[in-house]
Amino acid sequence: MVPITTLHYLVVAAALFVLGVIGVLTRRNVVIVLMSIELILNAVNLNLVAFSRMWGNLHGQVFSIFVTVDAAAEAAVGLGILIAFFRNKETINVDEIDLLKW
Amino acid sequence: MNPALNSAINASMAPVATPFFFYLLAGLAIISGVLVITRRNAVHSALALIVTLLSVAGLYLMLYASFVAGVQIIVYAGGIMVLFLFVIMLVNIERSSKDRQFNRMWPAGLAAACALMALFVTAFVKGKALFPDRMISLSESSNTQQIAGMLYGEAGRMGEYTFAFEIASLLLLVAILGAVIMTKKKI
Repeated sequence: MVPITTLHYLVVAAALFVLGVIGVLTRRNVVIVLMSIELILNAVNLNLVAFSRMWGNLHGQVFSIFVTVDAAAEAAVGLGILIAFFRNKETINVDEIDLLKW
Repeated sequence: MNPALNSAINASMAPVATPFFFYLLAGLAIISGVLVITRRNAVHSALALIVTLLSVAGLYLMLYASFVAGVQIIVYAGGIMVLFLFVIMLVNIERSSKDRQFNRMWPAGLAAACALMALFVTAFVKGKALFPDRMISLSESSNTQQIAGMLYGEAGRMGEYTFAFEIASLLLLVAILGAVIMTKKKI
């Protein structure tokens, strides 16, 4: 059996990234769009940790912790915006969020 | 850490990090990732996303990143997903699960994603030499201690990332304030 190399992890991360991009671009439900963004950030984290293993130092792992902090902040603010929006328009569909559209 | 102990640890850990477990965890992550973006009910998507996050945590363990795996389980699967599930309870999912699930521009989105995937495949096939096969074994037993040394500093000195760490705490404070203010009824 082929031993697992860095490239294997990169392929898994690329697949998760593309799945997240498909979710962001095609879904209408804002909650699922935010979940797809979490998928994308997870793919980036997996890349960082795989490269950290490849180079043998821990900078990638430390950076992946910062990415996790960003993901938490983004989820909190995004879901706050979503609740404020739902209170005003009673919908959570992306293509009905057009209050700023002229 | 002395190299003899390091290699002893690697030898004892070797049976766990087998290709079989890698393919199992990777397949689980990708299958549940597909479920996340295709389910009609948002709660099912959230549960599939939890499975993805736990499989990725397993992949971190296979890369000897035990602290990051713990952070992944506690912060993502424990914190962020609970936030998501609460918001799904607050908004009306019954109406939105009867609606059309994909927007009108979905073929364009799918085409753009396929182009991105083609770009990744090209990069991985042509740039295979850029990613060497070596896997330098990290000392797994002191992983958390080393990361703490880089974040908090050690032996009275500031660590390499201490300033960035403090800025990250400020970012979290701003995010908390933003979330609280935006969810207030009357600002």
